[in-house]
Amino acid sequence: MAEFIQFAFSGLTVGAVYAVVAVGFTLIYNASDVVNFAQGEFVMLGGMTTVFLATAGVPLPAAAILAILLAVAVGVVLHRAAIDLARDASAVTLIMITIGASIFLRGAAQVVFDKRFHDLPPIFGTEPLRIAGATIQPQSLVVIFGAAAIVLGLSLFIDRALFGKAVTATATNRLAARLVGINTRRIVGFSFAMSAGIGALAGILVTPITLTSYDAGTLLALKGFAAAMLGGMGHAPGAVVGGLVLGLIESFSAGYVSSKYKDAVAFLVILAVLFAMPQGLLGRAKVERV
Amino acid sequence: MAGLARHRLAPVLAMTVLVLGAPLLFQSSYHYRVGALVLVFAIAACGLNLLMGFAGQVSLGHAGFLGIGAYAVAIGPAQFGLPSWICLLGGAAISGVVALAVGRPILRLRGHYLAVATLGLGILVNIVLSNEASVTGGPDGMNVARLDLLGWRIRDAASWYWISSFTFLLGAALGSNLIDGPTGRALRAIHDSEVAARTLGVDVAAKKLAVFAISAIYASVAGSYLALINGHVTPDVSNFLYSIELVAMVVLGGMGSVGGPLAGAAILVLLPQVLTILHDYEQMVLGLVIMGVMIFLRHGVVPSIAAAVARSRS
Amino acid sequence: MRSLTWIVMATAAAIVVQPAAIRNANAEIKIGAVLSVTGPASFLGDPEKRTLEIYVDAINAKGGVNGEKLKLIVYDDGGDANNARTFATRLVEDDKIVAMVGGTSTGSTLAMMPLFEEAKIPFISLAGAVQIVEPVRTWVFKTPHTDRMACEKIMIDLKQRNLTTIALISGTDAFGKSMRDQCVAVAPKAGITIAQEETYGPRDSDMTPQLTNIKNKAGVQAVINPGFGQGPAIVTRNYRQLGITFPLYQSHGVASKQFIDLAGPAAEGVRLPAAALLVGDKLPDDDPQKAVVLDYARTYQQKTGEPVSTFGGHAYDGLMILVDAMRRANSANPAMVRDQIEKTRGYVGTGGIVNMTANDHMGLGLTAFRMLEIKNGDWTLVAGSGS
Repeated sequence: MAEFIQFAFSGLTVGAVYAVVAVGFTLIYNASDVVNFAQGEFVMLGGMTTVFLATAGVPLPAAAILAILLAVAVGVVLHRAAIDLARDASAVTLIMITIGASIFLRGAAQVVFDKRFHDLPPIFGTEPLRIAGATIQPQSLVVIFGAAAIVLGLSLFIDRALFGKAVTATATNRLAARLVGINTRRIVGFSFAMSAGIGALAGILVTPITLTSYDAGTLLALKGFAAAMLGGMGHAPGAVVGGLVLGLIESFSAGYVSSKYKDAVAFLVILAVLFAMPQGLLGRAKVERV
Repeated sequence: MAGLARHRLAPVLAMTVLVLGAPLLFQSSYHYRVGALVLVFAIAACGLNLLMGFAGQVSLGHAGFLGIGAYAVAIGPAQFGLPSWICLLGGAAISGVVALAVGRPILRLRGHYLAVATLGLGILVNIVLSNEASVTGGPDGMNVARLDLLGWRIRDAASWYWISSFTFLLGAALGSNLIDGPTGRALRAIHDSEVAARTLGVDVAAKKLAVFAISAIYASVAGSYLALINGHVTPDVSNFLYSIELVAMVVLGGMGSVGGPLAGAAILVLLPQVLTILHDYEQMVLGLVIMGVMIFLRHGVVPSIAAAVARSRS
Repeated sequence: MRSLTWIVMATAAAIVVQPAAIRNANAEIKIGAVLSVTGPASFLGDPEKRTLEIYVDAINAKGGVNGEKLKLIVYDDGGDANNARTFATRLVEDDKIVAMVGGTSTGSTLAMMPLFEEAKIPFISLAGAVQIVEPVRTWVFKTPHTDRMACEKIMIDLKQRNLTTIALISGTDAFGKSMRDQCVAVAPKAGITIAQEETYGPRDSDMTPQLTNIKNKAGVQAVINPGFGQGPAIVTRNYRQLGITFPLYQSHGVASKQFIDLAGPAAEGVRLPAAALLVGDKLPDDDPQKAVVLDYARTYQQKTGEPVSTFGGHAYDGLMILVDAMRRANSANPAMVRDQIEKTRGYVGTGGIVNMTANDHMGLGLTAFRMLEIKNGDWTLVAGSGS
């Protein structure tokens, strides 16, 4: 029994990482129908920038805030200089732009930073918590609560703030939103900035668990994207659920089935879920206009 | 009618001239090798273009079929003693069957869900190739026996250049034929609106499945060629990065244009060779180039150039 | 249509016909290096590239080799074997190198080897797997210790501590898989039983399920972790998190002090086979490797600001063996250089003392590996473990 709990803790740890990355995908997708392949790089930027600033002597909290601001700035530039310029292009073109951006950011990171692996200190120390015969690092709980807090914050913003309602309007029907006077370009720009900030925050929270390097973004983006789809794209709580479920499947496969094939089992399950529920676990069926 | 036929095959003829004429500039077997690689990837991109550009379905796991083709010609001769060309056909057949089998449920998905499903497929192939080391040699890969055609052992880059050219041009011509025939019209209808197409009596599911299988076969042949050219294969050929690269080739070149795959393959194979002088800055410049092409030539290189040429004429 | 064809042809021509026509007619010895400077193996390729650049400059500053300057041409294969082969072709055909030091990974080395065999150009590989030099190929050599040696060294230590039943947890990357295969192969002869095997992906962030299965397997007395990169650090942390008490052995893929930083207090008591490069300052003064190792570590750290890595050390050894061979042959002729490489005797490098023969194209014995243990956040030499 203790091992079941240990596998579950491991799954929640890994799943929380995926969840917090997946949330970043949903924001931009909601506002602009674009899947931002550079989202992983925002996560990487959060962690790596904090590490390098801290090494240069900046106190950790300040380094973290500066890292988030830097990522937000990059998000804004990415939107202005690339996405906005091509705003009338097809979805595929926009996605390809984000792919180009992710390659560019990765290339820049290896020049500005370095090619080694780096670490951040966990917020509550390294001593693991012992619960019911299994252990979990305190940082895992930080990530889980962090993800929940981010989603909560987002939904409050969407529901209460006027700007948030404008985001919802843009997501529902961009033309109608423009017709009522919403500056959709600014909304999309804002969603990029927000996603970048969330991504960077995610990176800072997960680095004590996952370590980081200039190319950490690629795999995180891949898993985060899969998690977001599993949960139902465009739905922030769905992203969290998708992430946690993905992590749990991987852990239980590693523990009970075969550690060699844990990733394969996870993707098979995703395929099975999508065949049975084509909008994801929590997604709503999209009405296709004829 | 003759004028129309000429017009239809014009892009293929233009590419034929280009492909046949390029070796005049080649000075070493390195140039032939790069040329062969461009053409091999163009074959795969051509198939993917049929799927993405004309049928409007995205595939983020197409490198999985590259892997099936590549390992077919690696494992077949090694384990079963079969001649390479039979294994090449076998790999293509397997890819087609896999595509048909997996395609039916996958193609019911839309948009990004389809993307994730194909992504998962590619990753599954990659994992199997990497893990089943007793058969595939594992992550370090395995050696591939050279192609033996009627006693002529093909190993030099120049021969492969001509083989790939011929195969690519054939594939492009067949693809062009497909597009301009009833299947192509049906595909375009599906691309515009699946519901409308269905009401007109188009068997949407069957057509999408057929194109998926065809594109898988193209990729498999390309993968086999790649393995035979190198004499060695690793599971990396089926990984996510290769899948993305294939998609990039189609989109950069111009989705839905006949000349697009060749242009896209040329860009993504030649650019790293050219940019290597930039050392550490190569990736940054590559990213900027991709972004730049997509921002300023948003329909892809070939359609944008064609449009510019048409504009300058009028 | 015609003008379109011309535009596209001209563009293609402009791209293809590069300044490869710029032939440097000066007396220059061209050495090629295809390394994985970016991609999943960049952690290895980057120190290799920097080392080669630093030392080619140093050698040229002192007058070069046989009165000629060395020219180093480095290409980045991004960790992809297909690219490696393309760049190797370019080096041989266009750049006309006389020797090659490179091949960061086994996969890229295997892809490039036939080319150098055919072109009859000596190739000193920087990759780990034993099949690079077994069977011996005329033109291919290597500097790093083989993964088989790492397994043998660990198993000798296990026997000395009376630990005979072990578990393996390996990375699914090429390095981890290859070493795992070697460990499985040499275990019976060494009298070691492998009771449980687990694997993890090289970028995974939590290995507690796998380690839990190992912990719960009855009779396991020690664990070996074949892998490189960040995986070993996370495995080590998880090991401590789960409170596993029996000994943990890492592999030589860990390669740098950074592992201790990343693994933190969990690294205490971990043992691994490593080159003397990691413990230069702890070697006794009469150790023949001490001077070389300290000098390289100091130079590398000074010039790059990063801690020394054994992967860079392998590149250093490769370059020096090549240059020594050229000096002994008094020529840059590939065949003569190859003969001299094969005759390398008593070369003291960062990896060990190299004695090559016609049947041994690596030249290192088991004593080239030192068994290290991590104590108080630093490396220490385990007593009685090799010279």
